Amino acid sequence: MSTEAPAEPAVNYLNASYGIKSWLLTLDHKRIGLLYLATITLMFVVGGLAATLMRLHLVEPQGALFEPETYNKMFSSHGIIMVFFFLIPSIPATLGNFCIPLMIGARDVAFPRLNLMSWYLFVTGCAFVLYDTISGGVDTGWTFYPPYSSLYAQSHVVAAALGIFIAGFSSILTGLNFIVTIHKMRAPGMTWFRLPLFIWALYATSLIFVLGTPVIAVTVFLLGLERLLHVGIFDPAVGGDPLLFQHMFWFYSHPAVYIMILPGMGVISELITAFSRKKIFGYSFVAFSSLSIAVISFIVWGHHMFVTGQALYAGLVFSVLSFLVAIPSAVKVFNWTATLYRGSISYEAPMLYALGFIGLFTIGGLTGLFLASLATDVHLNGTYFIVAHFHYIMVGGAVMAYLGGIHFWWPKICGRLYPDMWARISAAIIFIGFNLTFFPQFMLGYLGMPRRYAVYAPEFQVLNVLSSAGASILGIGYVIPLVYLIWSMRYGPIAGPNPWKAKGLEWTIPSPPPTENFEEIPIVTEDAYNYPAIEPHAYPDSQGVASV
Amino acid sequence: MAATHPAHPPGFAHQFETVEQQRDAGHLGMWIFLATEILFFGGMFTAYTVYRSLHLQEFIRGSHELLVKFGATNTAVLICSSLTMALAIRSAQTGKSRGTVISWLLLTWVLGAAFLAIKLRYEWYRDWVEGLIPGVSWMGGGGHTPGVKMFMCFYFFMTGLHALHMVAGLGILTVLVVMTARKRFSPNYYAPLEISGLYWHFVDIVWIFLFPLLYLIGGRYPGS
Ligand SMILES: [Cu+2]
Repeated sequence: MSTEAPAEPAVNYLNASYGIKSWLLTLDHKRIGLLYLATITLMFVVGGLAATLMRLHLVEPQGALFEPETYNKMFSSHGIIMVFFFLIPSIPATLGNFCIPLMIGARDVAFPRLNLMSWYLFVTGCAFVLYDTISGGVDTGWTFYPPYSSLYAQSHVVAAALGIFIAGFSSILTGLNFIVTIHKMRAPGMTWFRLPLFIWALYATSLIFVLGTPVIAVTVFLLGLERLLHVGIFDPAVGGDPLLFQHMFWFYSHPAVYIMILPGMGVISELITAFSRKKIFGYSFVAFSSLSIAVISFIVWGHHMFVTGQALYAGLVFSVLSFLVAIPSAVKVFNWTATLYRGSISYEAPMLYALGFIGLFTIGGLTGLFLASLATDVHLNGTYFIVAHFHYIMVGGAVMAYLGGIHFWWPKICGRLYPDMWARISAAIIFIGFNLTFFPQFMLGYLGMPRRYAVYAPEFQVLNVLSSAGASILGIGYVIPLVYLIWSMRYGPIAGPNPWKAKGLEWTIPSPPPTENFEEIPIVTEDAYNYPAIEPHAYPDSQGVASV
Repeated sequence: MAATHPAHPPGFAHQFETVEQQRDAGHLGMWIFLATEILFFGGMFTAYTVYRSLHLQEFIRGSHELLVKFGATNTAVLICSSLTMALAIRSAQTGKSRGTVISWLLLTWVLGAAFLAIKLRYEWYRDWVEGLIPGVSWMGGGGHTPGVKMFMCFYFFMTGLHALHMVAGLGILTVLVVMTARKRFSPNYYAPLEISGLYWHFVDIVWIFLFPLLYLIGGRYPGS
């Protein structure tokens, strides 16, 4: 944090070695992060195309493009790819891999070989799912409920299940690696309460990876066996219990929601502090809220099953527990806004994403409370209201945070700056397009339009057309960053080690960093986000103690 | 880099600062992996327990198809293998000769292989002949109701998955034997032995749960 490193290092992790082999066999966490970045971008494009076609189809009440079967395959592919192959690995596997060792002052993650192996597992999973999509697709939805998925579906369920199973092991290995890295690889002086909050968020995420993923692995494994060998596990005809599948599925898949959003929350803590140049308000509250979200996430899965024949009292308990999640989530939102208060705020592109996140996540979170209430859920379950709710969390929340994080660390990743004006414009386009796409879906769902149907009643057409129009704006918003970020890798101006004047160990080393990250392992002597205070006397709560 | 770590012990990886850090990381990593494994088997145990309570009589009839004597023999074999594994680690720790360490490891290997051989020859093979394997060789009719079939499904899922872990364990033991023969371990550095030992004991413990769950509760005893 003291000495300024040279502006452009001659040898860095990108040019230390050349050739395809040096990438495919790399053990460098930074390069593995980039391998993930390329892979999940590809998956995002495929999943996004499916969504585009769906929205085109829904412009007309009778469906503009496909047979209903094809439409079913479209939304299943979209869900499976976006959930398991984009959102879950997005921030942890790319930004997490790239940033964790840099932020805690380590040379690499604890197990670099395992790290590379987890990428290969992920790519294998992707290959199965892409094969599945090309060879005809699945029509079960991303939830694979039996007995439809095990007995009746004519589509390629096993290949998709296998892809998810394999990709699951990649998640487990990544989570394991992160936990050990955060425990054992911190630089001297980097105590737990000096860690950046992004690290706390990834630690909580990794706990879910490690404890939740094996259960979904076993579940889809059993499902695949039932389908392949025609033995009864979940099939009610031979005494199986389809509800058991739902319990086991949601035992993982509800916490998986927090796999998607917790890392995003971590990114937001970094962005808000860096662009309001203030210490985070209530550090330990934000840190522990990540952990408590991870813990609570494991005991609320039944809120997905209020109308499936689960016991009423179980429903009551799950409802109350689900409300509990709102507390740590709200703690974060309030602490971010309190951090903004009297900060020296600037509106660079990453900050625009962060502010967008706070608003959209709040809407997504509050509408979640509608769904956690038993009575309203009976009305809203299975409608577009749910679709809108989880897209506000996953796209308005997780994807916004992911893009904000990519824009924030991009100068560190490739040592170049992207055109700021374009970045701000596309952040605004994404915000507008997103709301136009999904806000009408809240209304559609409230009016009673069911999800997963290829056709709908004519009175819903106006709102559907609005939503489709929003989706095309959103699509444009996603293409622009893809173009200018790739452009900037070669033609962008040199970034220097710390273009944002941000705090944190990763900003003390050259951009792009050398392969071994730190010439000398740093010794940490100050708290995270130790920004020099602005008018310290104006702070009644003495949050910002002036640092040297 | 070289200047900061003057003496590189064998097996020391570049991302660590000290040998202790590397050993601690390895241990923690294995413990977390075992936590994952517990949840993995836990999913199956949950499903088994739910169905057992739903189809109690049929599950009891299902467990009558299993042979307790072979299950018990295998339990003894596995417990012995845990002992020999612990002795292998102990001899490396106290600086016994490489021969001693290798002998204990090989003995562990043989016991593990014996477990698999007994399972394969006297249990699964017999099940195959008698038409007790759902989806592969299943003879319906008689007492073989859907509930019994489901019990056998779980029996094969659970013991099969356990056997896969045993096979992986044999692979790890083989690597350890080679590493010991190549003088990779000393009383100062035997972390891979210890960490693999954790895994081996864990696989044993899974069996300790599987045995009563599948064979003993409502099982067929000699003379009954
Ligand atoms: Cu949920």
